[in-house]
Amino acid sequence: MFASILQTLPQVLIDGLALGAIYAVVALGYTMVYGILELINFAHGEIFMTGAFAGTSVLLLFQSMGWLGGLPAWVSYVLIIFIAMMVTGALGVGIERVAYRPLRKAPKLISLISAFGVSFVLQDLVRFIAELKTGNYIISVPQLFDGRFTLGFSSMTAMFSNATVKTNTIFIFIVAIVLMIGLDIFVNRTKWGGAMRAVAQDRDTAALMSINVNKVILLTFFIGSALGGSTGVLFAQQYGTIDPYIGFILGLKAFTAAVLGGIGNIRGAMFGGIVIGVLEMFASANLGIMTGGNFGAEYKDVFAFAILIVVLIFKPEGLFGKAVKEKV
Amino acid sequence: MSLLQLKQVEAYYGAIQALRGITVDVNEGEIVTLIGSNGAGKSTTLKSICGQVKIRGEVWFNGQNISDQPPHVTAQSGIAHVPEGRRIFPRLTVKENLEMGAFSVKSKSLIKERIEKSFAYFPRLKERYHQVGGTMSGGEQQMLAIARGLMMGPKILLLDEPSMGLAPVIVDQIFEIIQELNASGMTILLVEQNAYQALQIAHRGYVIQTGEIILQDQSVELLKNDQVKEAYLA
Repeated sequence: MFASILQTLPQVLIDGLALGAIYAVVALGYTMVYGILELINFAHGEIFMTGAFAGTSVLLLFQSMGWLGGLPAWVSYVLIIFIAMMVTGALGVGIERVAYRPLRKAPKLISLISAFGVSFVLQDLVRFIAELKTGNYIISVPQLFDGRFTLGFSSMTAMFSNATVKTNTIFIFIVAIVLMIGLDIFVNRTKWGGAMRAVAQDRDTAALMSINVNKVILLTFFIGSALGGSTGVLFAQQYGTIDPYIGFILGLKAFTAAVLGGIGNIRGAMFGGIVIGVLEMFASANLGIMTGGNFGAEYKDVFAFAILIVVLIFKPEGLFGKAVKEKV
Repeated sequence: MSLLQLKQVEAYYGAIQALRGITVDVNEGEIVTLIGSNGAGKSTTLKSICGQVKIRGEVWFNGQNISDQPPHVTAQSGIAHVPEGRRIFPRLTVKENLEMGAFSVKSKSLIKERIEKSFAYFPRLKERYHQVGGTMSGGEQQMLAIARGLMMGPKILLLDEPSMGLAPVIVDQIFEIIQELNASGMTILLVEQNAYQALQIAHRGYVIQTGEIILQDQSVELLKNDQVKEAYLA
């Protein structure tokens, strides 16, 4: 059994890290908003989905204008990610303004219901537009990188089989790492990043320091949503088809990643995302082998969530979280 | 000339009236203290200056009506509020806390200069510069809270119970520094439960009871006043 698990391990790790990178960046959006408002922005999964559609629309537009041939693929890719980030960033700001700010003094449960409402609105709106334009709400995404190459693990040691890597996977790694390092530097080294942490720790006192709290909250929504939107584009390129409902389960897993890392903790969210991604791929490849065929790859989510439950039993504040006292 | 003026200020928490028409004047260069027992409305008075509670009546500062300003705008106009319980940012370092105090200051060299200046008043902060605020002692946190308030270069310092929960030696130190700050020209409105010590350093004082000013006078007179002696100095 171990021999066959080992055989596929390189492939599992590569695919798991790619998926985990996507979870990690989406998880940042949940954790940032929670850190600052103690609000779980359940519409974040739909922001991710909207990013996938916005990016794909721009890509299709480029294609129909015949620009794709003229630009190097990675330039189009970066451009599309950037546009998707701006669109979803603005969307996040709009959602905060319309759906959350009026409810800021209301009990948290009310905002949560508002978040569900926003989710449904976005799903149906995107579906409506997609069907209007293409006649179908499931969209096939043209691939910018269709290359793939083989890593020759088997020539190193017979324990491993070779792994196939899509060029797109490499691109996911690069984009995710750039975004995560960029965010980390912004939050820890800049004035507005400091204001974000100050508002997260004590909103009233931050205002006494002449920090405009509403502006900081909007900035948080903009950045979190832009990160979610950028991953939508990565996802669309990696898996090739998108529909308006991809945000739900992916959002749920990214949220799980944020909880696993300790919600409110940025580095924790990054780590949690990677862990969930790798575990999911591991389960999907090996559950059948491990259980003698009783449980197959379709139980991969159960496996990932079971790990989450075990971690939370022993460390309820998450892997990187601090046991935070409730604010008085 | 009066720098800060509250005119018939009323404040409510829901249906409960916390301030019933407070009138207070603070002149430039003064230390004015507002004394009273727990729940009398001392903190609410400071909050109504900063725009942290909705009020009726007027607050004037530096010739401007600031009654309806949100807190961050009031802070920018030159009012540093050092809140009750210090409220430093617990997971930011001393350095970052001080930088947050100077959030509206654009000039990097000015920020540096003010940090140096706060080290002169509070040498302990220099030792603790890269330490996270929440791990410091209460006295150090109070010093940080005051230093952070000074970072914006305010015209007036509002201090809410700086002696709360501190050992008497530390309280003496803090009060000495308040006097030093005042000697260098800072106007101070000091809210205290520790009436005796507050009146010792203040020029004038107001006594507040259930949301009303019941007495106001020179500190020396208040220290001699029988009513004050009985209620607050016993």
